Amino acid sequence: MSFLELQNITKIYPNGTKAVNETSLNIENGEFVVFVGPSGCGKSTLLRMIAGLEDITNGEISLDGNVINKIDPSERDVAMVFQNYALYPHMSVFNNMAYGLKNRGISKEEINNKVNDVAKLLEIDQLLTRKPSMLSGGQRQRVAMGRAIVRNPKIFLFDEPLSNLDAKLRNQMRLEIKRLQRQMGVTSIFVTHDQTEAMTLGDRIVVINNGVVEQVGTPKEIYSKPNTKFVAEFIGSPQMNLFNCKIENGIAHIADMKINLNNSTNVDDAILGIRPDDILISDNGQHTCVANLVEYLGSDMIIYSKIGDQEFSCKLSSKKNLNAGDTFKFDISGTLVHLFDNTTGSRV
Amino acid sequence: MKFKPLEILTHIILILGVLLMVLPIWFSFATSTHDNVSIMTEGMKFFLGESFSQNYNEVLNEKGGWSEEVTAARMFVNSFIMALGIATLKVVISAMSAYALVYFRFKLAVPIFWLIFITLLVPLEVRIFPSYKIVSDLGLTNTYTGLILPLVASATATFFFRQFYKTIPDELLESAKLDGANSWRFFIDFLLPLSKTMLAAMFIFMFVYGYSQYLWPLIMTTDEKYWTVVMGMKIIFTENYEGVALPRTGERFAYIILSMLPPVLVVVILQRWFIKGLIQTEK
Repeated sequence: MSFLELQNITKIYPNGTKAVNETSLNIENGEFVVFVGPSGCGKSTLLRMIAGLEDITNGEISLDGNVINKIDPSERDVAMVFQNYALYPHMSVFNNMAYGLKNRGISKEEINNKVNDVAKLLEIDQLLTRKPSMLSGGQRQRVAMGRAIVRNPKIFLFDEPLSNLDAKLRNQMRLEIKRLQRQMGVTSIFVTHDQTEAMTLGDRIVVINNGVVEQVGTPKEIYSKPNTKFVAEFIGSPQMNLFNCKIENGIAHIADMKINLNNSTNVDDAILGIRPDDILISDNGQHTCVANLVEYLGSDMIIYSKIGDQEFSCKLSSKKNLNAGDTFKFDISGTLVHLFDNTTGSRV
Repeated sequence: MKFKPLEILTHIILILGVLLMVLPIWFSFATSTHDNVSIMTEGMKFFLGESFSQNYNEVLNEKGGWSEEVTAARMFVNSFIMALGIATLKVVISAMSAYALVYFRFKLAVPIFWLIFITLLVPLEVRIFPSYKIVSDLGLTNTYTGLILPLVASATATFFFRQFYKTIPDELLESAKLDGANSWRFFIDFLLPLSKTMLAAMFIFMFVYGYSQYLWPLIMTTDEKYWTVVMGMKIIFTENYEGVALPRTGERFAYIILSMLPPVLVVVILQRWFIKGLIQTEK
């Protein structure tokens, strides 16, 4: 039995919206799982059901062997870091962190020790007497983390905690969260809409769309073998190129371009996906295109072009000399492409 | 220090405003320190006189009324008890009912809120006879309970608290829940401290409201022991003096000055909270 088990979880809001549909998921002790998906896909709802902040319409959640459907959030022994941190504005940092412990009837001395230890760990021990309004965004973030850590819960829930930080701080906190989670080994669930965060943080990633789990897997699995067209599009930056095509006897036809897939598939309405960095640009490539736009990113550059009337992009080292308007030659290897059925969206 | 013309102008306006507010009170106070004959002959005074201790002593300790037993000091105590009771209970009850309305999802919460709200259309003066009937049937005439109880519900304060609670982000409640706070703890540990400013403001308004009640205590009390300051203002110094119809103007002004003190004190004391709360507004 897994540490956290979701079985056929469904959430229907009173207004009839189906936020989560028949979701099942097992999470092991100590794992760092990331829920990723576009906004409104139900990932936060799922997290809030685990926390006990939303009722579960159907299905069963069990944590550490106990069904927790009907258990009050305060009894579930979970801690959550909110998007806007939800620090208690009228309490000092110390009291913010101590409040949950006080409610558990822990002795003053022990609270003192715990809070001070965690504050040192997060390097906020200088701030304990301050009010949240006197803290910077990053410091607030740390206090919110500290409040969760100090309770030593069975599970950490993060609801997009980095989205209010600027880019530099976000990267820094991301690393720190990862490091802390490793260090403490507490099972964690992290919700985000940012695929980079998902890829870098998670031991496993759960890609959710429209209330349905599209794929569960390690970052590598998800990236290298997306199960559906949605996952293929959502994970990876820049986005994977998707071409509408027809496959006859293992040859994909995109406009007048032919790609040999080295098999004998036949699909009338197929989608062929290839990541921008899997397109091999070389002077003796088979295909020729015109670069419509070149985006310079420092070490790399991204070239936007068209095959027939379908746009695509490819990524290459910026050491090569290519400007907008130039023609370039490239190859698409049949072993690097991802094929999806356009009607079902699933991998062929 | 140099003043620009605009600054001088604004200062003049402000000073005029202050004078407008303060002068009548100063006149009253100055007049209250003179003896009745000189007030009678010379009118309102600007400078202090010599009858301060005599006038104030008489006002506070002279036994008046029909029974010649009740003193102004007693009335001050009565008024203070009544205003304090009304203000405290109004604030507590409104805060709690607003809490129920905002945070507990029960059916009819919205209709109930509007029901509370439309009681604003039915002030005490309109429902004074039914109110009196109920209170007298309960045997509460001539008691502090009778003076206070019918006035402790407040639609205004409920409304203000409701609006304030609605601005508190849901995450705060959720976070508190996960930290093990039950509904009672959330109210005590979060809503009350966060609405400190609001509580102080409401308390001030409601204290002044309770203190200046006239009609209700007038109807409620037949026993002079329960008279309040505002009632006494009309009754205690209207009798004539040694057969001569000499109004006791000095004492009356002394009485007015004294009657202003309790509300002023409440404002002065609570103002510190009030401003503190305003400065420490959280994001």
